[in-house]
Amino acid sequence: MQLTLWTYEGPPHVGAMRIATAMRGVHYVLHAPQGDTYADLLFTMIERSSKRPPVTYTTFQARDLGGDTAQLFKDAARDAYARFKPQAMLVGASCTAELIQDDPGGLTQALNLPVPVIPLELPAYQKKENWGAAETFYQLVRHLAVKPTEPRLKGNQPRCNILGPTALGFRHRDDVREIRQLLALLGVAVNVVAPLDASPADLARLADADFNVVLYPEVAHQAAGWMTRNLGLPATKTIPIGATATREFIREVATLAGIDPDMAAAEAQSRSPWYAKSVDSNYLTGKRVFVFGDATHAIAAARVAAREFGFKVVGLGSYSREFARDVREAAALYGVEPLISDDYLEVEAAIAAAGPELVLGTQMERHIAKRLGLPCAVISAPVHVQDFPARYSPQMGFEGANVLFDTWVHPLMMGLEEHLIGMFRGDFEFHEDAAPSHLGGPATQAPTAPALIQVQTQHNEESPAAAIPAAWAPDAEKELRKIPFFVRGKARRNTEAYALSMSVPVITVETLYDAKAHFSR
Amino acid sequence: MSAVIPIQADRGCTDAPVLMERGQREVFCGLTGIIWLHRKMQDAFFLVVGSRTCAHLIQSAAGVMIFAEPRFATAILDERDLAGLADAQDELDRVVQRLLERRPDIRLLFLVGSCPSEVIKLDLSRAAARLSQRFMPQVRVLNYSGSGIETTFTQGEDACLAALVPVLPVSTRQHEPELLIVGALADVVEDQFSRLFQTMGLKRFAFFPSRNSTTLPAVGPNTRFLLAQPFLGDTAKALESRGATRVASPFPLGAEGSAAWMHAAGSAMGVHADTVEQAIAPARKRAEQALAAHRTSLAGKSIFFFPDSQLEVPLARFLSRELGMRLTEVGSPYLHRQHLAEELAWLPAGTQLSEGQDVEKQLDRCRAAAPDMVVCGLGLANPLEAEGFTTKWSIELVFTPIQGFEQAGDLAGLFTRPFTRRTLLAA
Repeated sequence: MQLTLWTYEGPPHVGAMRIATAMRGVHYVLHAPQGDTYADLLFTMIERSSKRPPVTYTTFQARDLGGDTAQLFKDAARDAYARFKPQAMLVGASCTAELIQDDPGGLTQALNLPVPVIPLELPAYQKKENWGAAETFYQLVRHLAVKPTEPRLKGNQPRCNILGPTALGFRHRDDVREIRQLLALLGVAVNVVAPLDASPADLARLADADFNVVLYPEVAHQAAGWMTRNLGLPATKTIPIGATATREFIREVATLAGIDPDMAAAEAQSRSPWYAKSVDSNYLTGKRVFVFGDATHAIAAARVAAREFGFKVVGLGSYSREFARDVREAAALYGVEPLISDDYLEVEAAIAAAGPELVLGTQMERHIAKRLGLPCAVISAPVHVQDFPARYSPQMGFEGANVLFDTWVHPLMMGLEEHLIGMFRGDFEFHEDAAPSHLGGPATQAPTAPALIQVQTQHNEESPAAAIPAAWAPDAEKELRKIPFFVRGKARRNTEAYALSMSVPVITVETLYDAKAHFSR
Repeated sequence: MSAVIPIQADRGCTDAPVLMERGQREVFCGLTGIIWLHRKMQDAFFLVVGSRTCAHLIQSAAGVMIFAEPRFATAILDERDLAGLADAQDELDRVVQRLLERRPDIRLLFLVGSCPSEVIKLDLSRAAARLSQRFMPQVRVLNYSGSGIETTFTQGEDACLAALVPVLPVSTRQHEPELLIVGALADVVEDQFSRLFQTMGLKRFAFFPSRNSTTLPAVGPNTRFLLAQPFLGDTAKALESRGATRVASPFPLGAEGSAAWMHAAGSAMGVHADTVEQAIAPARKRAEQALAAHRTSLAGKSIFFFPDSQLEVPLARFLSRELGMRLTEVGSPYLHRQHLAEELAWLPAGTQLSEGQDVEKQLDRCRAAAPDMVVCGLGLANPLEAEGFTTKWSIELVFTPIQGFEQAGDLAGLFTRPFTRRTLLAA
């Protein structure tokens, strides 16, 4: 039993719905009680879908439990087929139906429907949404992809499939458009994009390609692995988020496709590397950033932040336990402790302790950042309605890198403005607690305050009983305020550590500068 | 009930046939009630004992996460709980202990049953009794079920309030009647009603649920209770078992409904009808004026209700009688004949009533009826808009203060806005 306030992922059958809703010609019959239909509104409200998800719920009630819930399922499956005439049907159970063990797969088989029926086993008490999506996509591919009996004749043009985009995915629609454009520019044809907009017939011809492009390993990793083993299709490993990774992705695609890419042409619209180099961006140097999201987006965001924008990664974590190892490896690159957790409160505590100047996270971290008074940009699912912008706004490819530059830098203080604050430190209008002028709004309280409180409590706990933390003299406290806010937390911690080690009872201005000298050696 | 009521010519829909439907229901389960109940009861915490689906449902139905640390949470059952490797009761003790340590401000804790906890027959009443014993007097622990296999949407509030009834203090008043208003209302509405009651000269009245668990209203044989919401069947039964008497009335929606409701309150407490009339006259006039403007744009337009909150019948009555809308189908998850008797009598004869749902068939009927407006849940609204229908999301009718005279205009406004918007966008 786990106490949960908010969840990063829904149950696995919601993952299955994301696949079914992304596709055409698929219908999902879900054995589920009343109330589980809430999942429809994720698609119709958050993604503003103009169609209902292709899902039929059996809606069993308490009084059915003593009777024949199996018959209820059969009727629902038969009616759903008659009404929607799908090319393939998915059948399965939600968490409650899993407990009553009606075997939707076997029941549907007995109906002898004239289309493929794919039973889904999604253990709701062990697994979560992304796993459910990956498993569903894998089962669909396994059941529907046709293995050619004869070796495929290679055409003149290299061909690939694009795998992973789903309904309710973070910018999936725009990423697909961007990557399609990029592939077209490289001279690579796209055979099938799946699951987004693919039909079961499309899945049948997946083998008619030279390789797979995997955009979202959380969804497509398993299916792509199966295709490598069974259909002989290799898959890309690079996630083209950020300009550097996009270049690497192009090289990987070129190798798989056997082509010589025109890098200059591909990069024609790439602006973010130059923007990051321009002098105005100097102020971005060493900005402390905390990154949290699904594994793919979090790892990519940390890399872009550190290598392309010159930020300092002070925290990296993910709720994707399936990809914990990748996150740990990435965290080691930045010398931070990886945070693998789906406990919202734990993430909040970690952010407060790290004292970042920018949070790159999900909608959850947006709330945390709001509470801590920190700027934030959303980089990953879970999503809400704001994450489906009307405009074209990919995360991948060169245009995606441009979007990242804008969306991450925008919440921060502008370059010259920050220099002025450094110059007129403590000025009544130009002070670090003022909100960025382009964002408007009144001045807020010092954003790093929670972090300081956090650190101090820990301090107290860790200190031996005899060692009493030094008190701050008023003038020293005042002097501390003159230190730029983004390093002030560190200065305070260092000074207190120094005072403790030197058994200084009261921290004066002298102690402050002694400590500065001590630590700068 | 209908057997004892003499059939008259003008009885509206009292004896109208009801289309009973069974099939896919596009409605929330009772857990959703937590969203407004936790705002109403300010020292209560709602701990759902359920699955990840339950947690996901509540956070999705709430739209966004409004509160960083809300007064509701889910104890998510995992494999170990199901396989019996962990004693679910011990696990629950551990979770509650941790929760109450974090939130010392909590005085009332509800353990809320869900579909999975009901199916595995996890005895939450036993857990509540044990935990209550351990944490009283600091925290009282109660339980109810908001599971989808037993409750539809607003029935969650019914189950919650019914669970509270047994712990209401015993009224010490022997002879004087007391009025109890039952059903969660927005604080602003409650305050308006209080002022009107005071103007009527009422002194002994209370609201249930109260804003704090430390000030629960007393109940006894002299309690006359008046329902403010139409979905409180079990709560009413529980109050009756404590000796209280239900005051029959239409529900306080619109000027007419609010006036009838106020008169019912007055007459139950022995206040002369003229006094009631005098007390409510200014507010009633304001409400009628506010409605007049909306009547111009709504009169003659047809409306179709998908089942959602059980508020459908009173809403349909209001829209038909006070705003001149034409009712096609009025669907409700459950029709409580007795509590809705006054409402049904006011519905125009010939209205198609339906109870329960088979959503695909109902969509077919809706398309065939081609109404000017469809009232439906969030899962259906955008798809119907895309088909060309004008819709009103029913959940807004539950989350917005709509009861009483001062809100009558706002309530009508919820129905005019989609039309106005459509006209604006078309221009």
